[in-house]
Amino acid sequence: MGMTMTEKILARASDRNQVRPGDLVLAKVDFAMGHDLTIPPAGRIMREQMGAESVWDPERVAVVQDHFQPAKDVASAALGRMTREFARDMGIKWYFEVGQGGICHTVLPERGLVLPGELVVGADSHSCTYGALNNFATGIGSTDLACVMALGELWFRVPETLKFVYHNRLGDWVEGKDLILHVIGTIGVDGARSKAMEHTGEALTHMDIEARLTMTNMAIEAGAKNGIMAHDAVTEEYLHGRAARPYSPVSSDPDAAYERVFEFDAEAVPITLAKPMSPDNTAAIDEVAGTRLDQVFIGSCTNSRITDLRKAARILDGRQVAPGLRLIVTPSSHEVAKQAEREGLIGIFLEAGGAWTTATCGACLGGHQGVLGEGEVCLSTTNRNFPGRMGDPKALVYLSNPAVAAASAITGEITHPKDVVREPVAV
Amino acid sequence: MTTATVLRGRAWKFGDNVDTDQVIPAKYAIYSLDEKKLGEHAMEGVPGNDGGWSQKIAPGDIMVAGSNFGCGSSREIAPIAIRGAGISCVIADSFARIFFRNSINLGYPILQSPQAAETIEEGDELEVDLEEGVIRNFTKGDVYQAEPFPQFMTNLMRMGGLVPWVRKRLEDQRSTGHLTSPHPGSRPDLPDRVEGQRE
Repeated sequence: MGMTMTEKILARASDRNQVRPGDLVLAKVDFAMGHDLTIPPAGRIMREQMGAESVWDPERVAVVQDHFQPAKDVASAALGRMTREFARDMGIKWYFEVGQGGICHTVLPERGLVLPGELVVGADSHSCTYGALNNFATGIGSTDLACVMALGELWFRVPETLKFVYHNRLGDWVEGKDLILHVIGTIGVDGARSKAMEHTGEALTHMDIEARLTMTNMAIEAGAKNGIMAHDAVTEEYLHGRAARPYSPVSSDPDAAYERVFEFDAEAVPITLAKPMSPDNTAAIDEVAGTRLDQVFIGSCTNSRITDLRKAARILDGRQVAPGLRLIVTPSSHEVAKQAEREGLIGIFLEAGGAWTTATCGACLGGHQGVLGEGEVCLSTTNRNFPGRMGDPKALVYLSNPAVAAASAITGEITHPKDVVREPVAV
Repeated sequence: MTTATVLRGRAWKFGDNVDTDQVIPAKYAIYSLDEKKLGEHAMEGVPGNDGGWSQKIAPGDIMVAGSNFGCGSSREIAPIAIRGAGISCVIADSFARIFFRNSINLGYPILQSPQAAETIEEGDELEVDLEEGVIRNFTKGDVYQAEPFPQFMTNLMRMGGLVPWVRKRLEDQRSTGHLTSPHPGSRPDLPDRVEGQRE
């Protein structure tokens, strides 16, 4: 019996010839990540409770200051300090200070730290993002991270794999975000609970790495353990000159067993949004167009990489944010911010009347730089909109792609980008 | 740390897909290292759940939730906040995977029983036998059987979670000079298969 990519990675990492869904394995970890909310507890658990004096391999751990940093209050400053001191004491090679990194899930791929064939864990649920680069990547807790940092290994249950086949290619204005929201709307927020989502099909071959990362980023929004894609020419080009280590891509065997196969006609997928208060409460744009907005947020590990900012900027160029609405643009990394500066995108956002922030998770998780008040309505390019995610539990959050967000910032209500600019924006 | 094997308390009911932002809103992550403080804000993000929920909890009370409980973020402070509020264990139709593994790793008891999640009502008097996986509802006179955990997870919960497991591994490493390969003997071994329970 053949194996899926996910099974092959877990088999290799646990030193077995074969694994199948349901097997519990103790697997070697290739790379681990923690941030300013998860390193303080993980570091304390590892050192004080587990009694480990050092991390198993300081070259295979990343520590990123992103969630509540730059420190939003005194308590966050304390967490930032603990995170900084842990990285220093442990000699962590991949430490990303405020102003030098950004959101972990953008930083790790752009620095070539998460690679094909690898087993990657991160103490953050969106660690599944990395799977677009043909690795097994999953979110873990702080005690898990302490275990990994102490031993370089962790227990896993081998997941069943769900295969998603996307035929044809996405239409104009329709992006990776729309496709993954459409999938989550179809299978539900627990539709892939604890399983692997393997994305395949022609539509992916036309998508760049950033659009693919958006799709694997939201695997957790369907409850999945990981999202994964094959290695192809697009992956190879992205990793060329970027990969921090040699790597070995994996592919699924032709006779691999899938629990279920879902087929979609990508061409038929509309611009898709998630309505309050769940990522699976999806609607085509026509159903929600005209919804009044208080805030538009373009940010997060889901949709604030350079191609996202380009799309938003092309729409906002020469136009103004609607009166009574505030637009907040948060680049997902410092490198993205530098590139946006070079391309003149920041000036476009500022001239349009938008607020430009430093790279941080910020408003996505109701942290800072755009927290919502009671009853406020926000259109956000982020990943989840459960009650209270971005602030008050009675705030209403819609999720969309960046072009829709930019167009809606101009009109003050949810708007199809074609109603603002005539031609689809190419990046 | 070991957990009492028979727990008694009143039921507190929650619905399907309760995510970690509802269990403990992200703003309280600044209290990551303070279980009592986290407990004071547990379930504060559930719409309609007025603040101060945790003050109504008598130590030992039991949470009963629907499907996919604890979905969303990876924050380990979710089970810690529930424990900090005084809840002795969580019964659900099903758990989201990171909440599930965080609880196991913490040695915090959780039970999966669709029948119990469906039938139990708020305020019912419950008794949970963790060894047997049996849930008794004294109010309704019902008995439910939770899905059994694989041996590895049961052992982890019994020994107090992943911390003592890692401590033992590190001690072995120090005495032998290297990390012993995973095989039966000095530690709870991994079983071949896990049916039902999801991580």
